[in-house]
Amino acid sequence: MLLISCPWCGPRDETEFVYGEAAVERPADPASTTDAEWTDYLYFRDNPKGEHKELWFHRSGCHRWFVLERNTVTHAIAGAYPPKARPVTEDEA
Amino acid sequence: MNRQVWRTEAGGSGIDRGEPRSFTFNQWRLEGYAGDTVASALMANGVRLVGRSFKYHRPRGVFGIGAEEPNALLQIGTGARREPNTRATVQELYQDLLAQTQNHWPSLQFDLGSLVNAAGALFPAGFYYKTFVTNPKRWLWYEKHIRRMAGLGPPPSEPDPDHYAHSNAHCDLLIAGAGPAGLAAALVAGNAGARVILADENPALGGQLLLAPQQVDGQPGQEWAAAAHARLAAMPNVRVLTRTTVSGVYEHGHFALVERCTDHLAEPAPHLPRQRFWTVRARDAVFATGAIERPIAFANNDRPGVLLLSAVRGYLERYGVLAGRTAVLFANNDSVYNTARELAAAGMRIEAVVDPRPFVSEAAAQAKADRLHVLSGHAVVGARGWRSVRAAEVAPIDANGKVKGVTSVLACDLIGVSGGWNPAVHLHAQSRGSLAFRVDLAAFVPQSAGAPYQSAGAAAGVYDLAGCLQQGYAAGAVATRALGFEQADEPLAPPVISDPVGNAPAFWGVQASRGARCFLDLQNDVTTKDVSLAHRENYVSVEHLKRYTTLGMGTDQGKTSNVAGLALMASKRRQPLPTVGTTTFRPPYTPFTFNAMAGGRWREVGHPVRRTAVHDWHAANGAVWTDAAGWARPMYYETEGQAPQQRIDEEVLAVRQTVGVVDVSTLGKLDIQGPDAPEFLDRVYVNRFSNLKVGRGRYGVMLREDGRVFDDGVTMRLGPDHFHMTTTTNHAGAVFQFLEYLLQVVWPELRVFVTPVTEQWFAAALSGPNARAMLADLAPEVDVSNEALPMMGMAEGIVGGVPARIFRLSFSGEIAYEINVDADYGLSLWNVILAAGVAHDLKVYGTEAMGTLRIEKGHFTHAEADGRVTLGDLGLDTMISPAKDCIGKRSLSLPDLVAPGRKQMVGLIAEEGSHIPVGAQLGLNDDLETPQESQGHVTSHAYSATLGRHIALALVRDGLARHGERLYAVSPVMGERAAVEVVAPCFYDPEGGRQRG
Repeated sequence: MLLISCPWCGPRDETEFVYGEAAVERPADPASTTDAEWTDYLYFRDNPKGEHKELWFHRSGCHRWFVLERNTVTHAIAGAYPPKARPVTEDEA
Repeated sequence: MNRQVWRTEAGGSGIDRGEPRSFTFNQWRLEGYAGDTVASALMANGVRLVGRSFKYHRPRGVFGIGAEEPNALLQIGTGARREPNTRATVQELYQDLLAQTQNHWPSLQFDLGSLVNAAGALFPAGFYYKTFVTNPKRWLWYEKHIRRMAGLGPPPSEPDPDHYAHSNAHCDLLIAGAGPAGLAAALVAGNAGARVILADENPALGGQLLLAPQQVDGQPGQEWAAAAHARLAAMPNVRVLTRTTVSGVYEHGHFALVERCTDHLAEPAPHLPRQRFWTVRARDAVFATGAIERPIAFANNDRPGVLLLSAVRGYLERYGVLAGRTAVLFANNDSVYNTARELAAAGMRIEAVVDPRPFVSEAAAQAKADRLHVLSGHAVVGARGWRSVRAAEVAPIDANGKVKGVTSVLACDLIGVSGGWNPAVHLHAQSRGSLAFRVDLAAFVPQSAGAPYQSAGAAAGVYDLAGCLQQGYAAGAVATRALGFEQADEPLAPPVISDPVGNAPAFWGVQASRGARCFLDLQNDVTTKDVSLAHRENYVSVEHLKRYTTLGMGTDQGKTSNVAGLALMASKRRQPLPTVGTTTFRPPYTPFTFNAMAGGRWREVGHPVRRTAVHDWHAANGAVWTDAAGWARPMYYETEGQAPQQRIDEEVLAVRQTVGVVDVSTLGKLDIQGPDAPEFLDRVYVNRFSNLKVGRGRYGVMLREDGRVFDDGVTMRLGPDHFHMTTTTNHAGAVFQFLEYLLQVVWPELRVFVTPVTEQWFAAALSGPNARAMLADLAPEVDVSNEALPMMGMAEGIVGGVPARIFRLSFSGEIAYEINVDADYGLSLWNVILAAGVAHDLKVYGTEAMGTLRIEKGHFTHAEADGRVTLGDLGLDTMISPAKDCIGKRSLSLPDLVAPGRKQMVGLIAEEGSHIPVGAQLGLNDDLETPQESQGHVTSHAYSATLGRHIALALVRDGLARHGERLYAVSPVMGERAAVEVVAPCFYDPEGGRQRG
């Protein structure tokens, strides 16, 4: 069971959260995308062995979505921060 | 009369001779002592034969002394509390314990299944693959026989009467195993102030200190261990868990522990859980799990009376039990010599100590000088006897382990075997630590570099007592310092008196003569020949080897057998053992019952039922329940003497002819507020909401990003910036989560708050021609006229004495009002409605009638919008506003979504008197035998009392253009068929005049 640090609530058991999906940016103007670009956004995801940015939802908690940087091999968590926010570096923390 | 003839006169540090315990083994009444295990008590009574093997039904006896035991699996207890496959070596004895053997017929002594042993050549490794791959039908015949012949004990058939508990704990340091290394680590960390959990699977702490006479700090080992236990128990920051196995290691310091709370008690107090499943978060851990002695393969090395050497020693030291009268001890390491002296001192005759090493060690030379019969450079090549060892065949061997001389026969009833030790690396490997092979130990040891947790003591390949203590102290100090505790000084290890150890060189087995079986895996009856066969047939990878031969499977997961099997495969492949590798170590370390994992979370606790405010009224009035997103909803209301369909028909007809009421509290409700709320809804729904007037509602559909229908419902505008959205019952949570995703991730600039309020409201829908008159009675202060409260209008006011929101909307196609009140007023409103309904012929209806009404009206639900369906497929694409974008709109022009041949929603009407089979596919003919191309499938169907016909909704290929066509609903599964006519999906009042009237 992962131990996930919600950016708002702190470390909590994985069971409080639900996995959303990979943290991919939605095209700002879908109408201007080609079919290939749009289906790439819809269906195609990297399946990396290693670092992965993903969106989680704190369902049994604060109802916030956040980005989790998780290593898919080791489960090491490099960071958790609000979407569209820059991760706080070690110097700043 | 004391029949414990194999018990020594004195000794046995773990038993209390003043506390006799009688128990039953099969039909025999036997005696043991408090502190015995079932295995030690059986051995004290001279019981040799405790089971029959898995495949060949060979007689088997106790082999080990702890969790590693492969043979002595018994059924303990009776009835619903009968626990099969219990290791006799860990089951503690209690008064009137009932133990029974398993896997034999008709009896343990005379088992017809052992005929399989004679026919063993017919059952080689891969028997199942080879026999059944060409003709699977044979399996049907063989299965019932094989299932009876092969296998372990049967599970009890009654529900488990015991209860189980879950506990959560946090600590700085978890220590698995309380032998010398684990105790030392715990003392250091505890003294430094760290929060420590020390867990050991045995009832007493001490590990190997309890199983061999040794001295620590001038005290006998078990006394030192007991003193350490007392010191740890006195520390408020240390929790000691006995009878607790660290079973699994998971991510981020998560450990699973299983504590056996009452399995050792004759009469457990009813409030105690039988077992407790611990979820521990530890900042760090030390694995001090010891090592498991390994056997040496020789012919018939599975006979009762062949035991691990350390077990022979342990039964004497701990339980005062002699494992035999006359012993041949066979070991490739120096631990055998002290053992031999101890056994001889206790009265056992040591026929010979057989040491296969090509040299005479110092300890061996000393033993020879002490007049022990030591045969260096010899090996036991076979055991004689059937239900018990009668003799050992001993022969000289050369440096390569090959027999090079005359075999002599030594009469004995016990062969104690030690081929060295394998560190119990299970937890280390589970934590993703890697393994290194140490040639001097011929064993895999934890690779400390890069490992997330330290291993200490024998688990790390340190076998001498002084070294174990020293490494335990060091591990405790390293961990506590790393955790930030200051005064974690590493004490000097106390002086000890223990065995000379000496390295155990690789010696896995002797060359078998033709026809003899040399067992590697006793539990699964895997012999050296099976491994050779797997190699010949190219199952050479360790994972293939395991599955082809079943080596290392079963309840012991090859604790005594794996490495020897892998070593044999390595020699066959002519590769070093580390290259061949090991199979993956997975939790659990030892088996435990599923109920411990479930804990209290089963039935209602495991799956809580959501109840509406009037649940109890439903229950008291004959509700037949269905589950909808966890809610208990009445399908219909039962009355004696009426068929369910009759009840449903009455409920439907009440709505069509007078008035009905249904509890719709389960619909998802979201309160949406903020200056950008109208814009937000425009982006979410396919149709526009920003132009909706305050006090009015609109039916909306939202799509998924891939263009398929996601959810639908009516949203009312309560104010300029305030909306009340309803969702389907099933998708209430998903819609909320999705809206939050859009607001937080995609459009964080929108100023909108979404609050789920499903549970805050109770809602009842009144529908039918009498609904308006009835509402007027209920809410005399509210103008309910069609002008003041038209379709998709709303009103606020007092209904039945409580403040309410009235939404006029219709799912049934009749005039209908949804009355929403604070959930706490739900029952009050419901009772007022029922009282007022008497004058209007009101009937309460359930989800079945509601479903029938909506099918008659052609409204889709998730049965139709099943995740593959677009609004166009439902014939509703005119709802989509062309003037604005929305979620999913971009996908609607993708080629697949506009291609011909999509399944589209239609209505189906059956011929008079015939019904539409459940789950039917639609075909062009009604042939049930010959496969035909499916034209579509039935999604929802009902008997329509309104029309007197069976009707359905269906998804049919290009269905919008096929109205009027005849198709056949066929269900080869049910053996049913019906001719149906494809029609428009609305069967009743298609103009909608009734609901607007």
